[in-house]
Amino acid sequence: MSPSIGVVTFPGTLDDIDAARAVRRAGAEAVSLWHADIELRGVDAVVIPGGFSYGDYLRCGAIARFAPVMAEVVRAAGRGMPVLGICNGFQILCEAGLLPGALVRNSGLHFVCRDQALRVENADTAWTGRYRPGQELLVPLKSGEGRYVVPKAALAELTGERRIVFRYAGRNPNGAIDDIAGVCSPDRRVVGLMPHPEHAIDPLTGPSADGLDLFRSVLDILAGASR
Amino acid sequence: MVVDVTPKPEILDPQGQAIAKALTRLGIGGVHDVRQGKHFELEVDDGLTDDELDKIAELLLANPVIEDWTVRRS
Repeated sequence: MSPSIGVVTFPGTLDDIDAARAVRRAGAEAVSLWHADIELRGVDAVVIPGGFSYGDYLRCGAIARFAPVMAEVVRAAGRGMPVLGICNGFQILCEAGLLPGALVRNSGLHFVCRDQALRVENADTAWTGRYRPGQELLVPLKSGEGRYVVPKAALAELTGERRIVFRYAGRNPNGAIDDIAGVCSPDRRVVGLMPHPEHAIDPLTGPSADGLDLFRSVLDILAGASR
Repeated sequence: MVVDVTPKPEILDPQGQAIAKALTRLGIGGVHDVRQGKHFELEVDDGLTDDELDKIAELLLANPVIEDWTVRRS
């Protein structure tokens, strides 16, 4: 039986359909999870997709973080379940405390929507094993509050522990500290990033198929765990 | 209960900067810096303790990573 990966939908989520498509394209079963769910339906990993959960009221991700399903996601992550947060999903994981730092308004104030070059800084996480360190990916970026910030001490810790997973290659699109586009948890199983790998799984519908290997990478991890 | 939330001093506030620039364009001088925050007014029971009020601000209204806040009874 193929592994199953949950894709969470909050009111205001936009990219759950593409995230589920990416999961299926990678070879897993995609299981829809609703914000009000109080259990994870037996999934082996979870994707928190992008969008504008709860209308971005208060702060991006601040309300979603307290949704019933998030209590289960936090608990499962504590047991080592792989979790991927994309864009608003990254914001939610930061608000929930699963990842350090926060995402704030782009330094140029404009919403940025473009195909973005990314550099893989750490190919040793649950979601990046199929990449080579230093490999460049081209995936869409579409966010108004994508500027990653983190206190100095925490940045030193992230750097020292090699927990910066992706950096923007070329021009920094939003003023993110140290060009950071994505980070991971200490156990390297929870990853969050602002750009959208789920929109880059097929050259027919995206700028590349570079994003698909995130989803394949976690399947490698899950297959290894079940052997 | 009133809670005021502002971005921490070390966090760049581009919205505040845009407001400062707009004031300059309006010909209003003497404004050196603008920080934009949020103002919350909550109707709460008198019985809530100071700790409980602080918790409301710290847990939900502000994000301690990027924001400072003040709480006062009104």
